[in-house]
Amino acid sequence: MSGPLLKLSGVTAFYGAIQALKGVDLEVAPGEIVTLIGANGAGKSTLMMTICGSPHARHGQILYDGRDITALPTHEIMHMGLAQSPEGRRIFGRMTVHENLLMGAQVVAMRNYAATRDMVFTLFPRLKERLTQRGGTLSGGEQQMLAIGRALMSQPRLLLLDEPSLGLAPLVVRQIFGAIRQLNRDTGLTVLLVEQNAFQALRLAHRGYVLVNGAVTMAGSGAELLARPEIRAAYLEGGH
Amino acid sequence: MVAYALQQLINGVTLGMIYGLIAVGYTMVYGIIGMINFAHGDVFMIGAFLSLISLTLLGAFGLTFVPLALALTLVLAVALAALYGWTLERVAYRPLRGSFRLAPLISAIGMSIVLQQYIQIAQGAKNKPILPPLPGGLRLMESDGLVVQVTWTRLLIVVVTLAVLGAFTWLVSATPLGRAMRACEQDTKMAALLGINVDRTISFTFVIGAALAAVAGFMFLLNYGVIDFFIGFVAGVKAFTAAVLGGIGSLPGAVLGGLLIGLIETFWSAYFSVEYKDVAAFSILILVLIFMPTGLLGRKDVEKV
Ligand SMILES: Nc1ncnc2c1ncn2[C@@H]1O[C@H](COP(=O)(O)OP(=O)(O)OP(=O)(O)O)[C@@H](O)[C@H]1O
Ligand SMILES: [Mg+2]
Repeated sequence: MSGPLLKLSGVTAFYGAIQALKGVDLEVAPGEIVTLIGANGAGKSTLMMTICGSPHARHGQILYDGRDITALPTHEIMHMGLAQSPEGRRIFGRMTVHENLLMGAQVVAMRNYAATRDMVFTLFPRLKERLTQRGGTLSGGEQQMLAIGRALMSQPRLLLLDEPSLGLAPLVVRQIFGAIRQLNRDTGLTVLLVEQNAFQALRLAHRGYVLVNGAVTMAGSGAELLARPEIRAAYLEGGH
Repeated sequence: MVAYALQQLINGVTLGMIYGLIAVGYTMVYGIIGMINFAHGDVFMIGAFLSLISLTLLGAFGLTFVPLALALTLVLAVALAALYGWTLERVAYRPLRGSFRLAPLISAIGMSIVLQQYIQIAQGAKNKPILPPLPGGLRLMESDGLVVQVTWTRLLIVVVTLAVLGAFTWLVSATPLGRAMRACEQDTKMAALLGINVDRTISFTFVIGAALAAVAGFMFLLNYGVIDFFIGFVAGVKAFTAAVLGGIGSLPGAVLGGLLIGLIETFWSAYFSVEYKDVAAFSILILVLIFMPTGLLGRKDVEKV
């Protein structure tokens, strides 16, 4: 397979009358880590959700693994090997850690469950200790680990991560970024990453896109973008 | 006196279980789509009528072995009522999802009227009696010339309710379908992001709620021996009261609320006035709504849009 794993062309998305995406073109090749940076309200989370069909793109096309998923319902898209750890974590607060992980494994055969769960525990040993605790009573960092772990439980080919470092201590952020890098290197997992922490994200990613007001204004390798003065000014001042 | 009170306790618990079974349907639907399904009481009424028709037909066909007739009837009533519940959601609620908040509520009231009128026309407005299929009972004690007894019917009601609630609890807490239902209840969008077919899960919720209501209808018929097209309204409001009292959205709360309403109603009738027993239930609804809107086991954070 040679083409991109994910390809967006001319994608627009609306909330009622508000246009949140204004013709986005974006590609993610298999095995790549691609990051999406942009100011608050630029449309990053909308883009992540639009890929999953919630909201649906109004114009343009979204291809996943060569298949047109633009108009598919969300639950069907999520059966095709994509998983998202969404903005705000969205842990099921009244379910235990164990049940949250089971929810993540909903789309795959149960016989793989134990092995996948062990893999998640290796990344986040903390989750193993908290298995019977309710999601809502976990600390913020633990919830973030659970959100990522839950997404991994579906053994995705493409992992969409929306601000995995939000509100976390630098040590935990390093741990989570380390986990992403490790998964990518060891299992070839493809990652599309939205991050406020542009400096770390660009260092981690192979390529990056800059989203401004619902449109892509710049794209390039992580190192290229890091070197550009306008990026440094807009997203990196005081960063790292 | 003790004997009289004990008898009331037995009667109250039986009635409370019927209310509890209906209340579960209200609370489940509210939990998952945030609406009060006003037609739910009428699904209960349909369940009672399906049971009546089935028992009559089986009798007419010469099936005299009572346990088999009851079992067949229960299965039939549950299956058909579940179909009603499914259809109700598809026809009256799903098209309005995403519409303004009152729309499905109005539609529910409309469906309630439709179901009542339909049964009134199809079955007539008069009371429909059956011969008690399970006469007699278990005598517990006798004092001051008063016999305390658990009728076989009441015993059956208690046993079936406990079995059904047990199965239901297992379904909700330990199966993938139950997890999907709870996931949709907590965060529909996230459930979809994990590959859950939300529409189908909502349909299941209606089907299960209707099935439980049909069990309640079946037992109501056995307990009272007579039904009419209007029983769904009165029992519906009481079960709704039970759900609110227990904390709307809470499944154990619905059962607890049902038991309490059943007991209050029975003891009120026994010691104060039978005529005002419905007033007692409705007063409780109003009091709970004013002073304890989250109910006994409800969550404080439950405010769905
Ligand atoms: N459900 C919604 N209804 C209406 N408008 C919305 C909704 N969600 C997002 N928007 C609007 O769409 C625009 C893009 O929002 P989005 O959440 O995608 O931004 P973002 O880049 O993820 O921002 P942040 O960095 O703050 O997370 C914003 O102007 C926002 O107000
Ligand atoms: Mg965002």
